[in-house]
Amino acid sequence: MNRNLTGWLLLLPAALLLVTFTHYPALGTLYHSLFSTPKAGRAAVWVGLDNYQAMAADPVFWQSLKNNLLFALGTIPTSIALALAMALLVNGKLRGRAFLRLSYFTPTILPMIAVANIWLFFFTPGYGLLEQVTGLFGLPTHNWLGSRDTALACLIAVTIWKEAGFFMIFYLAALQSIAPVLGEAASLEGAGRWYFFRRVTFPLLMPTTLFVLVNAVINSFRLVDHIVVMTRGGPDNASQLLLYYIYDVGFKFWDTAYAAALTMVLLVILAAFALGQFVLLDRRVHYR
Amino acid sequence: MTFARAAATTLALGLALLAGIALAQPTTEITFYYPIAVGGPITRIVDGYAEQFSKEHPSIRVKPVYTGTYQESIVKALTAYRSGEPPTTAILLSTDMFTLIDEDAIVPWDELAKAADEAAWMKAFFPAFMKNSQTGGKTWGIPFQRSTIVLYWNKEIFKEAGLDPNKPPATWAEQVELAKKLTKRDASGNVTRWGVQVPSSGFPYWLFQGFTTQNDVLLMNEAGTQTHFDDPKVIEALQYWVDLSARHKVMAPGVIEWGTTPKDFFEKKTAMMWTTTGNLTNVRNNARFEFGVAMLPAGRHRGSPTGGGNFYVFKKAPAAQQQAAVKFAKWMTSPERAAQWGIDTGYVAVRPDAWQTAAMKKYVADFPAAAVARDQLQYAVAELSTHENQRVTKALNDGLQAALTGAKSPAQAMKDAQAEAERILRPYRR
Amino acid sequence: MRHPVSTPPGRLVETLAAWLLGALWLLPLAYAVWTAFHPREFSARFVPTAPLTLLNFVEAWNAAPFARYLVNTVALVTIILVAQLLLCTLAAYAFARYEFVGRDLAFLLVLVQLMIMPDVLIVENYRMMNRLGLVDTIVAIGLPYMASAFGIFLLRQTFKTVPKELDEAARVEGAGALQTLWKVYVPLARPVYIAYALVSVSYHWNNFLWPLIVTNSVTSRPLTVGLQVFSSTDQGVDWSIITAATLLTSAPLLGAFLLFQRQFVQSFMRAGIR
Repeated sequence: MNRNLTGWLLLLPAALLLVTFTHYPALGTLYHSLFSTPKAGRAAVWVGLDNYQAMAADPVFWQSLKNNLLFALGTIPTSIALALAMALLVNGKLRGRAFLRLSYFTPTILPMIAVANIWLFFFTPGYGLLEQVTGLFGLPTHNWLGSRDTALACLIAVTIWKEAGFFMIFYLAALQSIAPVLGEAASLEGAGRWYFFRRVTFPLLMPTTLFVLVNAVINSFRLVDHIVVMTRGGPDNASQLLLYYIYDVGFKFWDTAYAAALTMVLLVILAAFALGQFVLLDRRVHYR
Repeated sequence: MTFARAAATTLALGLALLAGIALAQPTTEITFYYPIAVGGPITRIVDGYAEQFSKEHPSIRVKPVYTGTYQESIVKALTAYRSGEPPTTAILLSTDMFTLIDEDAIVPWDELAKAADEAAWMKAFFPAFMKNSQTGGKTWGIPFQRSTIVLYWNKEIFKEAGLDPNKPPATWAEQVELAKKLTKRDASGNVTRWGVQVPSSGFPYWLFQGFTTQNDVLLMNEAGTQTHFDDPKVIEALQYWVDLSARHKVMAPGVIEWGTTPKDFFEKKTAMMWTTTGNLTNVRNNARFEFGVAMLPAGRHRGSPTGGGNFYVFKKAPAAQQQAAVKFAKWMTSPERAAQWGIDTGYVAVRPDAWQTAAMKKYVADFPAAAVARDQLQYAVAELSTHENQRVTKALNDGLQAALTGAKSPAQAMKDAQAEAERILRPYRR
Repeated sequence: MRHPVSTPPGRLVETLAAWLLGALWLLPLAYAVWTAFHPREFSARFVPTAPLTLLNFVEAWNAAPFARYLVNTVALVTIILVAQLLLCTLAAYAFARYEFVGRDLAFLLVLVQLMIMPDVLIVENYRMMNRLGLVDTIVAIGLPYMASAFGIFLLRQTFKTVPKELDEAARVEGAGALQTLWKVYVPLARPVYIAYALVSVSYHWNNFLWPLIVTNSVTSRPLTVGLQVFSSTDQGVDWSIITAATLLTSAPLLGAFLLFQRQFVQSFMRAGIR
């Protein structure tokens, strides 16, 4: 009995905050999405699934959803692969690897809202850095952020740049704890580097990959700072992401009920991923 | 008690009494939210104004709070209002008027400014600026930092292209014709310099209003309950804009970034640009070539929307603070202050008598470009403003960007935008 | 760890690729440094003989109260970190060493926050802050993050690896629950604490959307919000000033990382975060 009490007492402060700012809001989101938005002089009324119906008929919502999935698909595998490559490079005997490690990690330290302005310059048509480079090759000028086909791709590029270095650190730590004897044994047996990587290193890194994957997924739905500066969701919602749309609806249009419905979609996606990860991937991971 | 002691005690008590009276002077403190939309040491200028006002009115203390861009400021003001502690007064977009009224957040100035001189003050502004400040017979906003769109042109490039550097295009046709001559291509046919640049990121509806006003059509009614996006003249205006890049190839394709347009102009990537008169000081300081400023070219006639921010006073603030806010707004928009503000920032001084002050007259004599925006006021119309303004303008913005990127035809884009606006505004027409 | 040997040309290509990638990755920072120290005309062109200037930094510093923003940010990350360390340690200890009714369910509920971060619950959390009357305070920015599922998860794992004998030995000497925690578990988890602190500080130093929503005035605004609010003028992007402001605001973190690079990576290693 005493241990029960102590256990709960220890847990209490954290539990209190978690319930107040995670579980309660999550339930609150569901609750408020079933009512209308209160306005001055008009309290909220029960509308059932009306907000969801409006959402299903809202082309901007579908565009944001599609964009977010494309965004996730574009950033997650690439940043993880790049992080792994960086870790492998920096872990080996490379000239100047301390400096390289620093340069790969620097993007993580800079606030996204600041570097987005710098990337705005890179993508500026005419005299932006990218344009200056493509100009050298005689390629025509292109409006990178102002074209529907390339706006999202530009945001993906910026996100990969920001994330890869952060994931690299986790891979680096994991790599440095793989016993050297494995590498020695493999080279004694004449195993090629790629073979060694595929059969030994990568499976041993599975826990890290899983951890990094979780982070990458969360970030692909969480990171909208660059949109604020670079495209504001344009052109014509080509770079609109779900969380940014929620911010627009909730804090610019002040339509809190609709914002709640949109947030529910986001929560369901994240929850589905969490479930999928625990059920499917946990089995294939080699733990030591 | 000795005489000395008695004297000392009396003196001490007397001083205490005086101090008490002094401390008991009620100082009304008002909070004042303001955005910054142009470059320069605006925070210092505004803080300076607040200090000077407090010096001249010792019983009022103004606390200026810088709240970011116009977008952020309205969010800040409304979040502060909803959490029960609104600012006493704020400078917000003139187009936010209906949103603020719907939120029941603001008080009309006529209810507060009842004294004779205050009533006269409210009539002293340019009528063009009052169009977004009044509805239902009441005045909800007092103009402070207002602007119009103007055309900037690079005189050097004009000369280089064999054109008269002092003759900017005066009509739509001339705009295309001159732009064609000004667009420069390199050996492989890639454009190295565009003829004209009209930005379309963020809030393309504002620049679009230039085209529609010039084409003699209004985008909404005065009550803010009806839009006319699918009017044939509106579609015509959009077609002209789209054709600049699609057909005549004198403007860059796709959505053009507002924030980098002045820089594009400085870097000579475009010979002409449409942007706010608020950029005047910026262009003057950074253009390394002779440039001119002109009214926008005429379609069926000249035209431009107005833009910028008004003073609003909030409801939940106590009466004493609201009265103090009236005094503050009146002081900030006095002819001398309005003139000085215009000179320091490039905004259009909001009242005709400000242009008659000595300082302003000298400034205009020195720099005639400063008067262009004022002269254009006679052709100016209200900026797009309706109920649920943010939502309706987003519908229009999306449609404009769709047309400019070629995803939809102008007619289709405007039809869709109108349908969406209808859906949003229908409940407000009951 | 030694890789199996590869051929020299392969090595060369690899080195070149690594360096190219490194250069690419540093490009934005390099651009920021170039632009911040040169006058406005050179913000879009690279001219090696361009004159240097410190004016941009002066202008940036004067354009917004960065000193105050810096103070706010330092206060913010400190408050959050201290609260996190405290709360997560206690909670992790409970999960690792106590068997109480409903423990597994409680742990599952904690893990929910791993996926459903306060960042996506902005609308509801704002409503809550309103109700608590905390809007526009530094505490409001930090409150949703103080109970960190990630921290609890990490520390629980670490505490579980502490040998039970040490725990028992401390009990034998008469230590209570909290004393055991403080004397035995916390010191053994030091690398984890350091690694976690680094992640937490850099995350909250750079957090933007939630602070933007929940702060209104200069007294509570952190650097990221101060930066954005200053750099997006209607007048146009001025890269000289923005990059100067960026360098000013990133300098503390950047400097700290430069000095403590090795410890940073090492603590991650020893934390066994994998």
